[in-house]
Amino acid sequence: MTAPDAARGAIRIHDLVKVYPGRDGQVLAVDHCSLDIAAGEICAVVGPSGCGKTTLLAALAGFHGIDSGSIHVDGHLLCGPGKPRAEVGPDRVVVFQNGALFPWKTNLENVAFGPIVQGKMSRREALDKAAALLDEAGLGDALHAFPGETSSGARRRVEIARALMTDPTILLLDEPFRALDALTKSVMHEALLEAHARRPATLFFITHDLNEAVFLGHRVVIMTARPCRPKHILEVDIPPPRTQALVTEPRYRALVQEVAALVHEEARRAFEANDREH
Amino acid sequence: MSIDATTRLATEIAPPATAHRRFDVRRIVLDPRRRRGAVSWLVVLLIWQLGASSGGWLAEPLPWIGRLPAPRDVLAAALELGVDPGYWHSWLASGGRVLLGFAAAVLCGVPFSLLLAGSARVRGVAYPVFELLRPVPPLAWVPAAIIFWPTQELSIAFVIFLGAFYPIVLNVLGGARSVDARFLETARSLGASRWSVFRRLLLPAVLPAMAVGMEVGIGITWEVVVAAEMISGGGAGGASASGGGLGFLIWSSYVGGSYPQIIVGMISIGVAGYASSALLRWVGARLTPWRREPAA
Amino acid sequence: MPDGPRQQPTPAWPRSLADAAPEWLWHAAAWLRSPAPYRMLIGYALALGAWYTCVDGLALPRFEDLPGVVDVFREWTSAAPSFGLSLHTPVYYEHILTSLRRVGLAFALATALGVPVGLLLGASPRFRDYVFPVLEVLRPIPILAWVPLAIIIFDGAESPVVFLTFLASFFATALNAQLGVRSIDPDFLLAARCLGAGKLAIFWHVILPGALPSIFTGLELSVGVAWFSLVAAEMVSGQFGLGYVINTSFTMVQYPTIVIGMLTLGIVGHATSAAVRLLGRSFMGWRARALRLEGA
Repeated sequence: MTAPDAARGAIRIHDLVKVYPGRDGQVLAVDHCSLDIAAGEICAVVGPSGCGKTTLLAALAGFHGIDSGSIHVDGHLLCGPGKPRAEVGPDRVVVFQNGALFPWKTNLENVAFGPIVQGKMSRREALDKAAALLDEAGLGDALHAFPGETSSGARRRVEIARALMTDPTILLLDEPFRALDALTKSVMHEALLEAHARRPATLFFITHDLNEAVFLGHRVVIMTARPCRPKHILEVDIPPPRTQALVTEPRYRALVQEVAALVHEEARRAFEANDREH
Repeated sequence: MSIDATTRLATEIAPPATAHRRFDVRRIVLDPRRRRGAVSWLVVLLIWQLGASSGGWLAEPLPWIGRLPAPRDVLAAALELGVDPGYWHSWLASGGRVLLGFAAAVLCGVPFSLLLAGSARVRGVAYPVFELLRPVPPLAWVPAAIIFWPTQELSIAFVIFLGAFYPIVLNVLGGARSVDARFLETARSLGASRWSVFRRLLLPAVLPAMAVGMEVGIGITWEVVVAAEMISGGGAGGASASGGGLGFLIWSSYVGGSYPQIIVGMISIGVAGYASSALLRWVGARLTPWRREPAA
Repeated sequence: MPDGPRQQPTPAWPRSLADAAPEWLWHAAAWLRSPAPYRMLIGYALALGAWYTCVDGLALPRFEDLPGVVDVFREWTSAAPSFGLSLHTPVYYEHILTSLRRVGLAFALATALGVPVGLLLGASPRFRDYVFPVLEVLRPIPILAWVPLAIIIFDGAESPVVFLTFLASFFATALNAQLGVRSIDPDFLLAARCLGAGKLAIFWHVILPGALPSIFTGLELSVGVAWFSLVAAEMVSGQFGLGYVINTSFTMVQYPTIVIGMLTLGIVGHATSAAVRLLGRSFMGWRARALRLEGA
């Protein structure tokens, strides 16, 4: 299944290694991981807890450096030999697990934040554009409210809108819907797909919810237990539009089961490894 | 991925082991961050020395800095005092007062605040009075204390007690009231008696807050001791019959005109205050081992 | 689609001040309906009763020299007070205003200097490396130990007092501002960087607002500390002011006036803390509303 036409955001991770200093010596988090992600693709990443997925995301975002290997985006070197750490920048925006909307700014100000600080447009323009974006997403009522007064589902949508305002090449999402209930989640999924259809960026999407991974992803990457590398990559060959009706279709269910079996294998391995360590 | 492969890779990548406990003097001295602090201090001392002696090499001494005693003279005074037994007696005198007042504050403050935490009724009655008197600085109590207590030592101890009492009570109260209600409910549902809950849940939960309150309290204690010694040495108490103390040392140095000694006294008190805070911090850390930071 | 013309996003604080008016009325009414005010009155009554009993009623041995409730209140409210100070005498208010003026000046200076220094200490490791070692050595020295030095350096009676008060407030403010910066959730900083913010933008949009709650806590503390130092300084070397009142009343054996001074200090101290707190609330409307929603 091909992503909507978008020329930017192809990620090429090659032979990545990342080591952390841990309590008893070094911990290998990512072990010679190689992965190619097409431009505009929604790539869902699943795997057992603590396997290193977030480390991968952080390396992509530039939050920390890598020890060996390289990452290229659209052919340009992001980090690699001679440049161990990528720059943090508005072309790769992160949506955080626990939410990072600035509580002291209104939702509107939050969404307009990116273009304003980048100096790309005047404050007036940015606020107008942000208002339009929020209206599109159905959040027109929450414009002048503070994040603390907004429901968690709406907050996540505002955060995604904020990320999309800067027209990023790549969107990095770290379990963004983890804290939401199932009903809100289903609304979020549709909202995310809509947003992606309007502004196709490459989505690198970490999640523990296997249903979510298959529902949203063009491909699902199943990571091994720590240290992580792709164990298996599954093509989700379900054509758009993806709606809630999908949930009952046999093809969808089969894919979810396949993913579940693979993740379960790795989870057991992680569990036993932990057992043996103690 | 087998465990052996993982550990092999880990050791291949790991740098040569550094013994964490070894005291590497070279590393400490050459650490760029410490160097910056040292540079700052050198600059400060240089400016101080130049400014203090500006009367000598300028037409007129600089304002403010020009009146300070020079670092060189301070050093000389420090060496003089270091061999003077009266100086070390001052340490004991001040230290003794601190200990007495502070111990009283802890012994009264902790039960009082636990009482307040335990009962909303008692809190409703006692807390407003407590709060009303809080902004009254301990030193404002000195005259009343002198009238009331038979000896000057006791009045100083009382004022110290007041100073440390408030932060201890406030912190312990805050700590007790922040115990998650679910812990209490869990304990009760597991069959714990009220006393058990108190001893095994509330008390340990309160220990970190108590440690913080005590650390804040000791700082205030030293403030009050110094002030009380200065006031009773130079003012309200009339002709000083006080047993010396570092605050008195400072005041009498001022009155006697030996200005470099003032600074020696100030530094001494700073050291004493810092040492007592550090001691309390250490005690607090021992009392609350579960709050140790995760290594790395 | 919202109907009506799209409005400019209004700044937080005028809106919250306007909204707050009917709300505090509601809170006041709720408070009156709860047992709290009655317990409070009982507390005050008990305290006053104990005071009366010990001093006037039973005239217990150490207590009998203390000024009694009746004496104090009679003096405080009389139009012709025997010791010259009461609610009716203009000199009373002169003393209050003098102290307020000093505290206000010192507090303003300390905030103007302390907040930027504290923010920089938290935000810039380099600045911290240079400045923190110097501050950390000076901080443990009790403020009152600076009194003689302050008198030596500064001319007149006002400047040393204001300097000492400033010093105490400065440390409290700077430290809390620093703490505020360091307690900002790192995710906010990372998010800002992701969205393309440079260092200046991060400081203005994230660090400053993020540290604001801690800064205001620090400011409340700083006001308390300011009063503490002011009173002490006034007691040692001042003319006019509440500390001076307390000290001279004592030396001139005008005991009821001591208590008047202390109570006045309590009230004025409370008022200034409350003023800072209200100011904080108006700056941080977003926080008040979020806390309210959480049911705090």
